[in-house]
Amino acid sequence: MKIAVVTFPGSNCDHDCYRALKLLDGVTPEFRWHREESLGDVSAVILPGGFSYGDYLRAGAIARFSPIMEAVMEFAREGGPVLGICNGFQVLCEAGLLPGALLRNRTLRFRSHPVHLRVETTATPFTSQYEKGQILQIPIAHGEGNYHASPEVLAELEGEDRIVFRYATASGELTPEANPNGSAHHIAGIVNPARNVMGMMPHPERSVEPLLGSTDGLGIFHSLLDHLSAGVSS
Amino acid sequence: MNQPPNQSRIDAPARAEDRPPPTPRSGDPAISPELVDEHGISPEEYEKILGILGREPTFTELGIFSAMWSEHCGYKNSKRLLRLLPTEAPWVIQGPGENAGVIDVGEELALAFKIESHNHPSAVEPYQGAATGVGGILRDIFTMGARPVAVLDSLRFGDLDSGRNRYLFSGVVRGIGDYGNCVGIPNIGGEVFFDGAYDGNPLVNAMALGLMKREDLILGEASGVGNTLMAVGARTGRDGIHGATFASEELSEDADESSRPQVQVGDPFTEKLLLEASLELIQSGHIVGIQDMGAAGLTSSASEMAGRSGTGVVVDTTRVPVREKGMTPYEILLSESQERMLVVAKRGHEAQVREILMKWELEAESVGEVTDDGHFRIVEGDRVVADIPALPLTDGCPTYEREGIEADEVKALREMDLSSYLEPEGDLTDSFLQLMESPNIASRRWIYEQFDTSVRTSTVVKPGGDAGVIRLGNTNRGIAATTDCNGRYCYLNPREGAKAAVAEAARNLICTGALPTAVTNNLNFGNPLKPHIYYQMREAVLGMAEACKLFETPVTGGNVSLYNETDGQAIYPTPVIGMVGILDDASQALVHSFQNEGDVVILLGENREEIGGSEYLYRLHDGLVAGHPPAVHLLEERRLQHAVLAMAQNGLLQSAHDCAEGGLACALGQAAVGASGGPRGVRAKLHDRFAPVALLFGESTGRVIISVRPEDEGEVLGMTRNHGVPARVLGKVGPVGGEFRLDTPLGHIRSPIGEVSDRYLDAIARIMDHDVDTPEGEPHA
Repeated sequence: MKIAVVTFPGSNCDHDCYRALKLLDGVTPEFRWHREESLGDVSAVILPGGFSYGDYLRAGAIARFSPIMEAVMEFAREGGPVLGICNGFQVLCEAGLLPGALLRNRTLRFRSHPVHLRVETTATPFTSQYEKGQILQIPIAHGEGNYHASPEVLAELEGEDRIVFRYATASGELTPEANPNGSAHHIAGIVNPARNVMGMMPHPERSVEPLLGSTDGLGIFHSLLDHLSAGVSS
Repeated sequence: MNQPPNQSRIDAPARAEDRPPPTPRSGDPAISPELVDEHGISPEEYEKILGILGREPTFTELGIFSAMWSEHCGYKNSKRLLRLLPTEAPWVIQGPGENAGVIDVGEELALAFKIESHNHPSAVEPYQGAATGVGGILRDIFTMGARPVAVLDSLRFGDLDSGRNRYLFSGVVRGIGDYGNCVGIPNIGGEVFFDGAYDGNPLVNAMALGLMKREDLILGEASGVGNTLMAVGARTGRDGIHGATFASEELSEDADESSRPQVQVGDPFTEKLLLEASLELIQSGHIVGIQDMGAAGLTSSASEMAGRSGTGVVVDTTRVPVREKGMTPYEILLSESQERMLVVAKRGHEAQVREILMKWELEAESVGEVTDDGHFRIVEGDRVVADIPALPLTDGCPTYEREGIEADEVKALREMDLSSYLEPEGDLTDSFLQLMESPNIASRRWIYEQFDTSVRTSTVVKPGGDAGVIRLGNTNRGIAATTDCNGRYCYLNPREGAKAAVAEAARNLICTGALPTAVTNNLNFGNPLKPHIYYQMREAVLGMAEACKLFETPVTGGNVSLYNETDGQAIYPTPVIGMVGILDDASQALVHSFQNEGDVVILLGENREEIGGSEYLYRLHDGLVAGHPPAVHLLEERRLQHAVLAMAQNGLLQSAHDCAEGGLACALGQAAVGASGGPRGVRAKLHDRFAPVALLFGESTGRVIISVRPEDEGEVLGMTRNHGVPARVLGKVGPVGGEFRLDTPLGHIRSPIGEVSDRYLDAIARIMDHDVDTPEGEPHA
């Protein structure tokens, strides 16, 4: 099955996502250039990390207007799985596919190091292979990852079980030190109400091989495959 | 505006001698001795220019000579010394003289790598200075046809108790991070050192590595008469004019205000686009040469490309895309606006080149062509403004061998009697903890956590250890890289200090399991016209040459940064070594930190009673820099390195860590704090009966701490004997959270590892996070 990786001019994790997808049996990753108007025949879409259009204004603020994003929004409305990683998460928020916004990190500095994530829900196409409460170690690398939303939206996310990952300690506690960017409710990843669009700041594509120090990100891709093949057979 | 180049005013009698000389533009200042002097050109050099031209230069031509014959472009005070360095080996594909050196790394792949300084710009505008330093070195790599795969940085600042130094440090780190993070190149290591000698004159040396298929190598040449010169990327503005000349002068106290316009402004997004477009252009076959418009901008790129291929070029400045109206040829030629390239397109392929650039939302404009007259000719529409033989311009820069005499003051410091300092300064444990939190020894994580270290999913060993390691493309092989130099050692004895830098770089690579392969260097010194500075340069190059020959690590290029002085006070001589090595199997890469409780800790190499030039003296004795720096025993060192590599390749080592600043005690502390699973205790004992201060904190070179599984101890000790390397068992790795305990016959260190770790890990953050980054604070504390 084909999975699209969208390349904006300033994407810099597109090849990493492509490489991670290549490790999976039965997946053919394909790049989609930001000026294309159609996604073609693909089963899922990944919006990778990077600096889409330089992001001098706000991360993802210009990317949402690119031709390919029309197609991505259409694909999402029809229920196709869309995963936005890092800058991809920012683009999804700017495009209105996910609520809230990602502000500058509380420290006002770029932060790049492995973090611990607590899996909050397995009821998504991206996390069915994990267990609720499982702790993952996956790196972050961002300057604007401080998730912010209105109290109403945060209550909705909590009430509808739409918070997928939270920053936590190695033993799963939500301490201030474990929250690397100041995100509300320790949010590291969320899904939309239909649960087919997920955005997350950490980089699961960087945690797919023992050589890179962790394979904890593989579960996201395996869950997605599982979801897609279940859809095909039914 | 957009005429094809072949029907232009560029046409003129082909034979240079048939052409009328260039005419001055209205508004050009008249050539006077004062004007020549302002351009940094000596009377002798001016005589030489008159000889080359056979006439008086125009103002534009004077600017061109000034840039090309600056230290930065012309290497006039260093060229003769650089010839002493070994540059050849069977694996060297491209040695010095190109944008970057290139070596064969197997699997049909080649590695381009180089280090370059951006010291002066960073001193006046740390954020942009450092950012554009990263931009420039990345362009040097991708103009060779290689995709950048890693960056490292070698930094020096004054002590962090000054607000000005904290401002510079913070701005430089942010600048490096923002630029590299945006382009998407992992930062895999480097070094930082703080010492009063760098007050007001920080050093920012950036190193980059790039990978390519061997056949994709492309050079900066303007070959093929009639081919088209195209300006590609960002437009040319008025920033950075005479940056190369600026970089070749000493900084004055008010430099931070008046020199800002000579600092360029970086745009990493454009760089990313330019990177992708350039690699696509090189693959496309539409171009024959490409070069960064770096120092001295269009002038150096066009004349150097002509000089290398023995052709000539003609450029029309009215065709160069500019940011603002009214720019003179002088400004267009000497602008150092960033993110620009000069490309030589095959004649008739200009439209295809433009198309590739447009895909990446960039411009490409035909600005000139390759000629056969050997001249660097600049026209402004109908007017010829410069007409200079290219080769004398690029290669004819006078080179000097100067008088070098050691400063008496340094001699006295080196010969100082240090015996009274061998008495402990209070409690040894207390001294140890003070050293562990010295910014020169403490964890660098405050720095590298601002850098993306894992993008490109290839980083195997991240910053924080002895060297960074990435895997090599889609192969199992790995590349390790490091930068090293201890300026204090070089100050006290430049020859031994330079040897120590090479030896340490090689040792750091060995500690990851890599075979040291080649070197790029960055020679940072003061004003070469001063005999004691020239002495430092010559001695350092001699030491470097001797060590590089012995380790079989040829120098494939690099950078020279002179005039690093503020108000007449020079920095320490700082010949930074950037070294790369190869691992056959990246998954076997070693880290510096302990892995398992119960592993046996072994010291390889000889302890010597050496305390000179140490961090201990500087930190615990009020900034004292004196004594003989640790001696380098190159043959012993080579034996040690062969032994470690052999053990690593046989899978016998759990960790390996070089002993450097802070000596044996701090090396053990670092290996214990960084341990797998969390900081681990260690119980170790030394038997040498000499002063514990020297034994624990002295920085004798040629020592490595390894840890091995108990069952491998016998085989490891056997191998060290066979290699003729001294080895002694120090003790065992303890549990997570255990005690750090190091005994000697005459004193001991004992501390819960938790306390060592607390002092070590966030020492730099504790200094940096208590104040906001501001340029205020005393200018030179």
